[in-house]
Parts: sequence; structure tokens; C-alpha cells
Amino acid sequence: MSTLTMALTSRRARRAVWHLVCLGLLAALLYPVAWLVGMSFKPAEEIVSSLSILPKQIIGSNYAEAFQGSSGISIWRFFANSVIVAGGCVAGNLLSCSLAAYAFAKLRFRLRGPLFAFMIATIMLPYHVMLIPQYTIFQKLGLVDTFIPLILPKFLATDAFFVFLIVQFMRGLPRDLSDAARIDGCGPVRAFRSVILPLSRPALVTTAIFTFIWTWNDFLMQLIYLNDPGKYTLPLALRLYVDQTSESSYGPMFAMSVLTLVPIVLFFFAFQRLLVEGVATTGLNG
Amino acid sequence: MAMTTASVSKRHPSPSAGATAKRRRPQRGPRREGLAGYIFLSPWLLGLMGITAAPMLISLYLSFTDYGVLTGIGEAEWVGLDNYKRMLTEDPAYWHSVIVTIKFALISVPLKLSAALAVAMLLNRDRIGIGLYRGLFYLPSLLGGSVGLAIVWVNIFNREGAFNAVLDIFGLPTRPWINEPGTALWTLIVLAIWQFGSPMVIFLAGLKQIPGELYEAASVDGAGKMRKFFHVTIPMLSPVIFFNLVMEIIKAFEGFTGAFVVSGGTGGPVDSTLMYTLYLYIKAFTDFEMGYASAMAWIFLVTLGIITVLLFNSGKFWVHYSDEGDG
Repeated sequence: MSTLTMALTSRRARRAVWHLVCLGLLAALLYPVAWLVGMSFKPAEEIVSSLSILPKQIIGSNYAEAFQGSSGISIWRFFANSVIVAGGCVAGNLLSCSLAAYAFAKLRFRLRGPLFAFMIATIMLPYHVMLIPQYTIFQKLGLVDTFIPLILPKFLATDAFFVFLIVQFMRGLPRDLSDAARIDGCGPVRAFRSVILPLSRPALVTTAIFTFIWTWNDFLMQLIYLNDPGKYTLPLALRLYVDQTSESSYGPMFAMSVLTLVPIVLFFFAFQRLLVEGVATTGLNG
Repeated sequence: MAMTTASVSKRHPSPSAGATAKRRRPQRGPRREGLAGYIFLSPWLLGLMGITAAPMLISLYLSFTDYGVLTGIGEAEWVGLDNYKRMLTEDPAYWHSVIVTIKFALISVPLKLSAALAVAMLLNRDRIGIGLYRGLFYLPSLLGGSVGLAIVWVNIFNREGAFNAVLDIFGLPTRPWINEPGTALWTLIVLAIWQFGSPMVIFLAGLKQIPGELYEAASVDGAGKMRKFFHVTIPMLSPVIFFNLVMEIIKAFEGFTGAFVVSGGTGGPVDSTLMYTLYLYIKAFTDFEMGYASAMAWIFLVTLGIITVLLFNSGKFWVHYSDEGDG
């Protein structure tokens, strides 16, 4: 009896210790995020050299100032630009990657094998090799300083990773379904639209979320292609803000940083399980 | 191809005529499917040619020219191997960026993967709230690549930042981590390690695949925790370790945003955060030496290719695939 209770308590104790260890690690890990949020509510004189996350006095003026934006452009403009770019990229990836994936996963044609190998090879290709000629081409077309160079490639399935992800998913769909569709006289287009695409929703949602987050965070492409502050996305606006910031306006800068991260955190909490499973099953690298 | 087979089978009716007839139906499929396949692939094919292959070849060509963005590609002056020669023999900043990048990758990748594996093992059990823990450990991977978080890093590690305040409490010497050439890269390394969540999630998936019997058998043989780790966990996990290693090395080489924000776009102080891609960006879009930057890009591609091939070859010696034994 007593050994049993002892075993139980020690098991309970071990579990408690495990939770404490996890919570401690998480506290350390998420400290920078909490710090940022705390700072964004602090008055300027309290920000410098303060360890405490909790402000002694909570103020909203940092946010008020951040919402005014910079260089006479409202933050809503930057926000809208980011939404347009990210939204365009999501639409492009969903459309083009699912089309290509359907061909690779479900249709038979002669060059499927070699083309599939090409597709896999482009996954690992560093973007930097295409950077300069792509820029030159878009410049000659007069498209620099528009959103087109950022969005158009997504409509051409250049994010091969998502093609691969959707291919893997479609291959896992039961064969009988597409066979049944074919027997019912469905051509490839209808089979795609009414059978395969609806069934691939989990893969499509994963594609959409990751495309959104990556585009939202992306800096290099937007830095290269957007020059006019009116076209700036949030990361560029934030960088501009940092360059112009003197010590007195750290608060608004932190507030603006928080605002850029909020959509990602919201996405995280809304799709947490799907995000983690997307990484676990495909090795997607966030 | 499909047509020939169909006509042959028509001329020589086989004993199992029913089977042939059945087979003929899907055979008509592939021909229609063939066309449909290319139609469905057309956006991707267009992208492969226009956005990937053609620019790659153009950049290879440009790497042998003296090309600034103001002239047309056709007017670019052919200089042969000059860019490569200059890069490898006359540009100390280039070698500096190579060393910075290698140092960054060599230090950050093993530490990041160790952290990822340690936390994955901690989380590899059924407990209340495990899903939420897993998610929260993963969260930094989503945030860490952003400009917003790089700004946090600058302000935590600068002279008046929170990190120095912590050191001060313990009576340790403080320093301007971001502004000293000896330490600036370390702040980026810490930022990279901070994002251990995505390899952790992949490790966790791998750990779940290891059959429990292996550990039981090891226990019966009297193996302790350390032996189990080195003789069961590590070998069984080696394909996942391999995958994470390849992905993280590539990611480390491509790091840009953090270095850009921490150094204000310069790679400073004293080029100590001049990551390869940052130097490439500076050469192409600040100095407008696009021919030179193209040469840098090609060396980058070839180097990454060689590293990947070497890793794959080394894999023969340390990566164990569990189905190998059965065959």
C-alpha cells in the first residue's frame, strides 16, 4: 500500500517537474517576444535598460504614433500592401501548385518522370542564382516598383516545395475515387475540380498558411523590387522606421514591430495543429 | 506508343480477350491524359523556363561580363573569368563573407540541431497540454525570420539592452554585443538557434516512429539511458538527423534578413556580419556590379551543390535506414 502511494506520488512529482521544466524553457524562449510586447506599452524613459516586461505605467501612445505611419504614409497603406502581396502569393500558389501537383500525381504522360525530377531539383535551388536576371527582366518590362515581380512567379508554381507537398497528399488519396469519377465519364478537368481538389483541402490549407507567413515575413524580394515608400510592405516600412528612429521614438518602433507580428501569431493560434503537422509530415522548414 | 500496343493486341487476340478489352479502356485514357497532363503543367513549365531556367543561364552568362543594371544584357561587356579571378584573388571582403558564412553555419547548425533534439526528447511523451507545448516551442520558427524580430534582437543585445542588464545582475562584464566585431555574429547565431522549433517538430515525428520494443530489448540487455540514446535513438533517428542537417545547412548559408537588420544593411561592424547573401545583395544592388554578383551567385550554387553531394555521400557511413536490415 505505502509503496503504491509512494510510487504514485513520485510519478505525480516527476510529472510536475516535467511541466516545470517545459514552462521554464518556454518562458526563456518566449522572453524576447514578451519583452517586445511589454516595451511597446512603455513610455520612452522607461524603455532604456529595463529588464522588466511589465510596464510600470501602460501607455497607448506608442501605438497611436505607430498608426500614423512614417514619411507621411499611414500604416494602413503598408498593411494593405502586405496583404495584397501575401494574398496574391497565396492565390498564385494555390492555383498553380495544385494544377501541377494534379498532373504529377494523377495523370500519366510520357515526360512525367523526368519533369518530376526537375521539379524536385528546383526545390533545393538557392533563389539567389535567379535574382539578378529576374530583376533585370522585370526592370526591362517596366515592372520594378510594382507587386507583379513578387506575385507573378507564384502563379507559375515556382515554389516547387508546395507542388511536392500537394503531390504527396494527392498520391495518398484512394485510387478508387478517381477511377469512379472516370467511369462516370469525368474528364481530367472535372475529376480535378470536383473530386481531387476538394479532397486535397488539408494540403491546400497548409500551402496557403505557409505561403502567407513566408510572404508576410519576406524581406529580400520586397527590398529589391519596391522602391517607392507608397508601395512599401510592412517589413520595408519597419526598416525605414528603424533608419529614421532616434532614441526617443523606440516605443513606436516596438509598437510597429508588434503590429507586423500580430497576423502571424493569430495564424499560429488559429492553425497551430495544422502548422505543426505540416512541418512534421513534410519537413517544411518554417 | 500507346497506339502501337493497342493495334498489336487487336491483330493477335490473346486467349484472355476479356482482359485485353479491359486493358484497352485505360489505355485510351493515357493519350487524353497525356495532353491534359501538359495542360495542367503549363503554368509550372512556363515558370520553370521563364522564372527559373532562363534566368539561371542568363546569370551564368552575366557572370562572365562586366554588367551594371543600367546597360542592356546585350551590351554587357564580356570579360571572361575576370569576375571569378577578382573575387578569389583580389577581394578580401569576398573571402571575409565566405568565412563569416561558414563560421555562422558551423556553429549555429550543430547547436540548433542539438537544442531541437533535446527538446524533442523532452516532449516525446503523452502528457496533458503536450500539443500546446509543442506548438509554443515551434512559434519562434515562424517569427524569427521577420524584420520585427531582428529589431528585438538588436535592442536586446545592444549596449543598454536586456541581455547586458541580466549580465550586470550576475556581476558579469557587459559589452555592446551588436557593435563589436568579435560578438556581432554571435547575436545572429543565437537568433538562429532560437528558431530550433521546426527541426524539433521533425525530430519529434521521427522519435515517434522508433518502435518501443527496441528500448525494451536494450533494457533487457542491461543498457542504461546513455547507451540507449547512442545505440538506439541516434541510429534509428539518423535519417531524420540527416534530413535536418541538409536543410539547416542550406538555410544557414542563405541567411539574410537578420544580418541585414542587425548591421543596418552594411554587414558591419568591420564586416563581421557580412553573410554571403548580404554581400551578394550589396554588390548587386548597392554597387550595381551585377556581373560580379552573378559570379558570386554561381559559386554559391556550386558550393551548396558540392556540400549537398558530400553530405549525401557521407550519409552512407552514418545514416541507417531501418528497412535495410529486412532486405
